[in-house]
Amino acid sequence: MKILVSVKRVVDYNVKVRIKADGTGVDIANAKMSMNPFDEIAVEEAVRLKEAGIASEVIAVSAGVANCQETLRTAMALGADRAILIETDVELQPLAVAKLLKAVCDKEKPQIVLCGKQAIDDDANQTGQMLAALMNWPQATFASNLRVSDGHATVTREIDGGHETVEISLPAVVTTDLRLNEPRYSTLPNIMKAKKKPLDIVTPDALGVEVTPRLHTLKVAEPPKRAAGIKVADVAELLSRLKQEGVL
Amino acid sequence: MNLLVIAEHDNIVLKTATLNTVTAAERIGGTVHLLIAGQGCAAVAEQAAKIAGVAKVLLAEAPHYADQSPENIAALIVAHAAAYSHILAPATTAGKNLMPRIAALLDVAQISEIVAVDTPDTFVRPIYAGNVLATVQSMDTVKVITVRSTAFAPAGEGGTAGIENIVAAPDQGLSKVVSRELSQSARPELAAAKVVISGGRGLGSGESFHALLEPLADKLGAALGASRAAVDAGYVSNDFQVGQTGKIVAPQLYIAVGISGAIQHLAGMKESQVIVAINKDADAPIFQVADYGLVGDLFEVVPALTAALG
Ligand SMILES: Cc1cc2nc3c(=O)[nH]c(=O)nc-3n(C[C@H](O)[C@H](O)[C@H](O)COP(=O)(O)OP(=O)(O)OC[C@H]3O[C@@H](n4cnc5c(N)ncnc54)[C@H](O)[C@@H]3O)c2cc1C
Ligand SMILES: Nc1ncnc2c1ncn2[C@@H]1O[C@H](COP(=O)(O)O)[C@@H](O)[C@H]1O
Repeated sequence: MKILVSVKRVVDYNVKVRIKADGTGVDIANAKMSMNPFDEIAVEEAVRLKEAGIASEVIAVSAGVANCQETLRTAMALGADRAILIETDVELQPLAVAKLLKAVCDKEKPQIVLCGKQAIDDDANQTGQMLAALMNWPQATFASNLRVSDGHATVTREIDGGHETVEISLPAVVTTDLRLNEPRYSTLPNIMKAKKKPLDIVTPDALGVEVTPRLHTLKVAEPPKRAAGIKVADVAELLSRLKQEGVL
Repeated sequence: MNLLVIAEHDNIVLKTATLNTVTAAERIGGTVHLLIAGQGCAAVAEQAAKIAGVAKVLLAEAPHYADQSPENIAALIVAHAAAYSHILAPATTAGKNLMPRIAALLDVAQISEIVAVDTPDTFVRPIYAGNVLATVQSMDTVKVITVRSTAFAPAGEGGTAGIENIVAAPDQGLSKVVSRELSQSARPELAAAKVVISGGRGLGSGESFHALLEPLADKLGAALGASRAAVDAGYVSNDFQVGQTGKIVAPQLYIAVGISGAIQHLAGMKESQVIVAINKDADAPIFQVADYGLVGDLFEVVPALTAALG
């Protein structure tokens, strides 16, 4: 059984982004880029399924600029067998990515697609659910545990009230939450090996997918800053301040 | 213009986030309908009919709506979507699970976690862990939206909407819920509490998390929250996590105990009215957003605070 993993190249989670002076967008020209952390978890889970003999092949897919090849090489260093880059300079929104992934699924026929629950740049939390809709497949989002047995997956999901376990038929889309696993680090030998693994490049046009953005960003701005606070000396001062504020 | 709000409920009670979503719908303007899909949930429809601003309640009951699976609920809503310019749900785990599925079936974008309405097609939403606010305009005929509850006041009572039964869509048969383990707590709901006390890795263990923070929460009638590090370490379960990828809270008083203040954590709490930080490291970033910072060992400060509250 094949597993497809989507990996997005995003600004590293440690970077605090800056806004372009003209307010038209976020300045990421020199920012450190990494694989979206939820996608690292997705790759790890797929590789574990392969190591457990459940998956036969793990294919990493990324959509975006040519530099996404780095992200795909990282995925292969972590254990993905091959990679597909859908290369475009157009700003991709989740619906467009879902359509691109659908085109790849139609061709590759994976049994499971693992996506991150959320890209930490757009914070959209949409792509996996959209892909499931377009494929008319079940979805199990925010997974903290995944068990696969023939034709089915049993997934524990993190929800607002606690957690729930769902059983879904395969093929299906599963999106990862933070507690699903702890991703491994890539080793130097695996990084070297990854350089020789196949990486195919296609375009949205070749896949027949229209990727024009549906949402126009009119402007971006920094949120209002909180006024600087004070340090209090002790518990007594803290309590009297909070009483003054009227919050106790 | 008609707007459809998808109610969140457990077949017994309506979840409060629905009320904030109704307010966002009213901000957009038009006639607001509220959809309740479930099984044996007529009581929820009655609660919903009393929400001020709701013109009509649509009730769809079927055995395959009992669990409200996204596959089945999306199919239902898509069948009714033609009558609406906007479809909204709270940006809870349920809303986030469902709404993108609806949007994709309608071939439209979804607008995630709006915090303000500029015009009926232009909205403000946070990106990059809330470090940037983007104003986005939708080019689609139907706007599918999730709403950040902390950005909109809850709608009040006083409505007298009629309840209309609508036919269920066929069972998609794609998924089923095997079990649900919900945290039981007598405390207020984290996302809507007036006071929140959150603990981080500084607590050191689940035992100290509970031994120190529960008595303080009891005194303040507070909800308990946590950083990701505290959840990952197993001090508390995932539903406690506050932050970019957890819950968003904006209480009157937020007390961060042993939390460093990573941007991912700040994303979930920096709209709180008053922020207190207790941390032994005077340079911890949490102090940059705290109104009142107390530098000290939490194992001394927290019991002293609890005791001083009498
Ligand atoms: C994709 C992604 C998503 C994330 N999402 C979230 C999220 O939603 N929410 C979230 O919270 N984090 C999130 N994080 C994690 C975030 O980056 C931080 O790692 C996390 O918030 C740190 O938790 P902490 O402050 O409890 O731990 P630490 O950073 O380890 O801080 C512990 C603090 O406790 C203090 N301390 C220790 N002992 C004492 C003592 N005795 N008395 C007083 N103070 C003491 C220390 O000085 C320190 O400041 C995410 C990270 C990633 C990569
Ligand atoms: N451009 C992209 N290329 C590959 N995967 C993506 C892309 N955009 C989103 N995804 C996947 O979809 C998940 C959710 O992203 P989002 O819906 O944008 O929050 C990510 O964690 C990725 O797994």
